[in-house]
Amino acid sequence: MKYLLKGGLMVDPLSNTVKKLDLLWEGAKITEIGEQLDAPEAKELLLDGCYIFPGFVDMHCHLREPGEELKETILTGTRAAAKGGFTAVACMGNTKPPADNSAVISLIKEKASQASFPVYPIGCATKGRTGGEPSEIGELVDAGAVALSDDGSSIMNSEVLRRVMEYAKMFDIPVISHCEDIFLSDEGVMNEGFNSTLLGLKGIPTAAEDVQVARDLVLAELTGAPLHIAHVSSAGSVAIIREAKQRGIRVTAEVTPHHLCLTDEAVRDFDTNTKVKPPLCSKEDQDALYAGLRDGTIDVIATDHAPHRRDEKEVEYNLAPFGISGLETAIPLVWKHLMEKKVLSPVELAQKMACNPAHILGLPDRVLQVGAEANLTVVNPHLQQPVKVDEFVSLGKNSPFDGWELRGWPVLTVASGEIKFYREL
Amino acid sequence: MIFKRKDVLGLEELSAQEINLILDTAEPMKDIMTRDIKKVPTLRGRSVITLFYEPSTRTRTSFELAAKYLGADTSSISVATSSVKKGESLRDTARTLEAMAADVIIIRHSAAGAPHQLSRWVSACVINGGDGAHEHPTQALLDMFTIREKKGGLQGLKVAILGDISHSRVALSNIWGLTKMGAEVRVVGPATLMPPEIERLGVKVYYNWEEGLEGADVINVLRIQLERQKKGLFPSIREYTRLYGLDQQKLQVAAPDVLVLHPGPVNRGIEISPDVQDGPHAVINEQVTNGVAVRMALLYLLMGRGEENEISA
Repeated sequence: MKYLLKGGLMVDPLSNTVKKLDLLWEGAKITEIGEQLDAPEAKELLLDGCYIFPGFVDMHCHLREPGEELKETILTGTRAAAKGGFTAVACMGNTKPPADNSAVISLIKEKASQASFPVYPIGCATKGRTGGEPSEIGELVDAGAVALSDDGSSIMNSEVLRRVMEYAKMFDIPVISHCEDIFLSDEGVMNEGFNSTLLGLKGIPTAAEDVQVARDLVLAELTGAPLHIAHVSSAGSVAIIREAKQRGIRVTAEVTPHHLCLTDEAVRDFDTNTKVKPPLCSKEDQDALYAGLRDGTIDVIATDHAPHRRDEKEVEYNLAPFGISGLETAIPLVWKHLMEKKVLSPVELAQKMACNPAHILGLPDRVLQVGAEANLTVVNPHLQQPVKVDEFVSLGKNSPFDGWELRGWPVLTVASGEIKFYREL
Repeated sequence: MIFKRKDVLGLEELSAQEINLILDTAEPMKDIMTRDIKKVPTLRGRSVITLFYEPSTRTRTSFELAAKYLGADTSSISVATSSVKKGESLRDTARTLEAMAADVIIIRHSAAGAPHQLSRWVSACVINGGDGAHEHPTQALLDMFTIREKKGGLQGLKVAILGDISHSRVALSNIWGLTKMGAEVRVVGPATLMPPEIERLGVKVYYNWEEGLEGADVINVLRIQLERQKKGLFPSIREYTRLYGLDQQKLQVAAPDVLVLHPGPVNRGIEISPDVQDGPHAVINEQVTNGVAVRMALLYLLMGRGEENEISA
């Protein structure tokens, strides 16, 4: 089957250009790129005014399967990813049982293959995600794990993390750190500051993240292993990572759309959909995240899609689970806050959401070139509509963005030449 | 003035005028309490439910008596905090109460925000009877009523709130209310029990009692929860009492006619010494009486909302 994309604006990070070009693909490969292409035998998709990006990769999501299929399944989660404009996802290993062995990794790959969507599993860094002993990393890598993480928990024992990093280095896969000093965060449920004082909710100081980021970077320097910091949320972390990069430490970092779009002000009416880890930060911290995105300290935008059942969130604020269902709102949120406000150029966005995450995880390069795999994310910058959680494909309706009027929605998602989502103009 | 609210969730959202209306309304209510027959038919046929997720004797009894003196029917639901995680969710409880057609629900909960969530899920009026470390509006109203009664007003008074500020809903509601009414509010306590950026609410922060209590017209002593010590928030009960327990010596730096308040129940000899608690400056028992009057006023205003409030009890 051949497809021809007509009238779109092609965002090409390699040449650092955005040009009106047509694109033809056949099977899994891009076969032609040029002006005013004609291919009578191809199916034509008209994309006037839309941006064609190299396929976006979400390197941080929770698909919940196996174990918590009422929150999400690999089928529903990957459909949500496709609808949200992602051409591949990497899923965290805090499933039940955890992905600390090859059987769980294999199961995830099998379910992903049934769902016909590229899913890259992230294996647990330690057995049972307890932070105690390194998991069988060699076997995890053989089974298909692309990174290691105990995401959701911090490895508090520095010696254990050091050994995980040294060992992971042999396989050249990154360790992804969820940075949270659990003694400082304790039973906190939101950012510590004026708003936690007003709400009487227990706060988590940004220091809980900062001290752990600093420690992890020290260990990255010691071991020389590639380190990726998940969901950076504080000015302190951004400064520490920036300095580490300047010194040549192998570190990359990500930020979530919700940390870019909301501050801890959003907690004011006790909506449990604003409860997330790390917690929504202050305006000052948020400003630092924007600065970090602009100057390259932060490499990636990742959703940390964390679906929960509706009834689990319809409880008291301090009892609700942490997490936001983010796959289906990431692109329009980023569009509003980064594109329309010109924080990033379209090429820079392609780097943060396609090229960099693919590179960090060792996935096929995200490029728009003849001969490359047809991985495409197409965004219509003029399409405006409200977020409606009831229409989410994800089982997780836990979004604080319900009702937000947003512009810039994905309209076409192509993974390895297969159309995973398409919405006609 | 017309009281138009569906709920009373905190003093943060009440205006000075609304607070004055509530305090003014509480005065005739207090008269009713002194009668032989303490019952008026104002709220006859109305149902009031107290939904308490935390043990409480005085607040719950105070609300129930307030409702009964006004002729309402009351029922009470107790939920052990320990069963919250396993038992029926707040959302489901709200559905049940909605189906029972209660007019007013008074909720006390260990979780901040629970009354706010409940108020979105039921059509009944919701009164916050204390939510976590957030707000306890009726306590602050009764504190202000007591101060106003004794001092003739609130404007310009130096009020010191002494103790565990960061875990205290009494402190936060008092700060909101008193600053709106023009009092000069200080918070006095150890740095480990002081919430971040509290000074942005227009209060002065003192770690030293001599400075904090200097010339105070009112000292509101907070109950110290002894389990905070185990969390390492202060080194020992003994040290807490030495530095922050209100005794005769500390009282000396306050104004000569200082009023001493305490929301109760008191840890005798810990946050306040027995001679101060039972001495001439303390108005702790009057606070309890006034609590009933203030809660009567609130129920009366909420039930009669939208109508001009001529108080003819």
